[in-house]
Amino acid sequence: MSRADAPGALLEPGTGYGDLPPAPALRGSLARLLVAELRLVLGRRRNQALLGGLALVPLVLGLVVRLTQDSALRDQGPGFIGEVTGNGLFLVVASVFVCLPFLLPLCIGIASGDAIAGEAATGTLRYLLVVPVGRSRLLLVKAVGALVFAATAVAGIAAVALVTGAAFFGVAPLTLLSGDVVPVGDGLLRVLGVVLYVGLSFIGLVAVGLFFSTLTEVPVGAMAATVVVPVVSTVLDSLPQLSAIHPVLLTHHWFDFAEFLRIEIGWDVLASGLGLQAAWALVFGALAWSRFTTADVTS
Amino acid sequence: MTDLRTAARDDPRERVAGSSPAARSATTTEAPPGAFAVATDGLTKRFRSGQVAVDHVDLAVPRGAVYGFLGPNGSGKTTTIRMLLGLVRPTSGQAWVLGHPVPQAAGRVLPHVGALVEGPGFQPYLSGRANLARVDAADATTDPRTLARRTDEALERVGLAAAADKRFRQYSLGMKQRLGLAAALLRPRALLVLDEPTNGLDPQGTREVRHLVRELAADGTTVLVSSHLLTEIEQVCSHIGIMSGGRLVRQGRRTDIADPAQARVEVDTVPAHVVRAAEVLAALGLPEVRVAGDRVGAALGATDPARVTAALVGAGVDVAALAVRRPTLEQVFVELTGEGFDVAR
Ligand SMILES: Nc1ncnc2c1ncn2[C@@H]1O[C@H](COP(=O)(O)OP(=O)(O)O)[C@@H](O)[C@H]1O
Ligand SMILES: [Mg+2]
Repeated sequence: MSRADAPGALLEPGTGYGDLPPAPALRGSLARLLVAELRLVLGRRRNQALLGGLALVPLVLGLVVRLTQDSALRDQGPGFIGEVTGNGLFLVVASVFVCLPFLLPLCIGIASGDAIAGEAATGTLRYLLVVPVGRSRLLLVKAVGALVFAATAVAGIAAVALVTGAAFFGVAPLTLLSGDVVPVGDGLLRVLGVVLYVGLSFIGLVAVGLFFSTLTEVPVGAMAATVVVPVVSTVLDSLPQLSAIHPVLLTHHWFDFAEFLRIEIGWDVLASGLGLQAAWALVFGALAWSRFTTADVTS
Repeated sequence: MTDLRTAARDDPRERVAGSSPAARSATTTEAPPGAFAVATDGLTKRFRSGQVAVDHVDLAVPRGAVYGFLGPNGSGKTTTIRMLLGLVRPTSGQAWVLGHPVPQAAGRVLPHVGALVEGPGFQPYLSGRANLARVDAADATTDPRTLARRTDEALERVGLAAAADKRFRQYSLGMKQRLGLAAALLRPRALLVLDEPTNGLDPQGTREVRHLVRELAADGTTVLVSSHLLTEIEQVCSHIGIMSGGRLVRQGRRTDIADPAQARVEVDTVPAHVVRAAEVLAALGLPEVRVAGDRVGAALGATDPARVTAALVGAGVDVAALAVRRPTLEQVFVELTGEGFDVAR
């Protein structure tokens, strides 16, 4: 390195350090950080194991239904599952239904609770911040990473379920809850609607996880706290004495995806479900932001 | 403790700081002279636990200096460094880095600052190279097209090229430390802040770090390097600041820290001449004349040792030996921070 391009030489004597050489942000820098984050989230073994485990659910479910369809067990289990033998499309709905109460919140809680706390625990958080990455920008990127993980989890289940269902049971016109039958194309759209709605139903949980993640340097703590939230919400939702607070509970509208299986889809019901998620995301996103942008980083 | 603080003698800011309250508050609204790569004014951090980790610290790191930031474990070095980097918000006081106030202008300043804070931190399951790529991807001001070259140069510089593709998890403590240094060197820097960079390194590694610091300083980079071990970094430092119990108890050029005014002259003579020798030293105006056996000593102050010799010989004293003893940096360090293995608090 010659004297002329040495870092100290960039600073003319006498002018002092008031005139730092410009270091403008390059175009596409946010995208670059996002790509790095997604590679980190989706390239990580633990997350791959979680996604793989979730994708096994429809496979196992399909196998079980297939193997028991001619036995006396065939009509046991929830309604969606009984329908699967007649139409592979129903395996998508059945798989989502099976994963929604616990497996999906568990995996998504792990990924979103880990977002900031995991970086704090490995000591990488302080190094990202001194690069520097603005704290709001980092939180945004972390939120996108956790949301993409959630979307991948739901989409993975749906894709494996669709393939497995089609292979084992074929695809037929969809029988709705009322007993009416709609053509395959319409049925496929409705199933897609189910998957999309379930995916969007996790936005609130991701925000909750992100907030807990900003509170601690212990990722397991943030993950556990996050996973507990939908469990508690479900319990509260089942107590009729608390019906006054039911409409604002995180999980209250989760199973409204069944609207897509009615002859007249209740769009207003779906809208209030998505509105509730948006509200949770807004509240906990704001909490996470105000905490993360002001907290001392001593990890 | 204020009386112990001595700053670099030709340090304009120090003449302001510590004087009238008005002069002090003036420095908190406008940046101090650009001569300082790092300056702080009354920087204080009280944690929520009530612990005052940093207590009215007035750092002055001249540009181009290698500033050794010394102090026992728990004396507040890391917390000070975290405040300089915008990681921790000061309870009171102000810091400037490269002439800009932090944390207010951290986004503008930090691209020019490479940092190692309290040990390296990387993703354990990524390779060293992949970890550097991740850090660089977070930098909005670096060009991804030059990443490969910059990564190779940085790894080469810290002697980690051979292990670049190993997972971080498999690195030894010293290799991890080196990767931390490589991350700080991914782009040219005006200032490097290295918190305990020799931690976990063997003596050879410690020498290499010193060599690296010297090299960087020769390129014009200002280096602020902390250590709880004086001997590990003392030799490369042009300036030294000593922390104890959250306070900066002394600061200045390394050569000024071991205060020459505290030098003593000691004369070995024959028993018969001890009294006369003591009289000669007293007659020269030297204070603290003490006699111990055949040895007579006194504080030298600014007096030329040659004058002492001449006076003794002139008075007919047999001088067997004459020595000037100055307190070593280590003695000063021990005197200011205490000795032994206990952390301060
Ligand atoms: N997050 C924290 N909360 C409370 N006290 C802290 C925190 N971090 C450091 N301290 C305390 O502040 C003091 C200075 O710590 P530190 O700056 O790490 O010292 P050094 O780097 O010189 O060893 C110590 O007494 C330490 O216990
Ligand atoms: Mg420390």
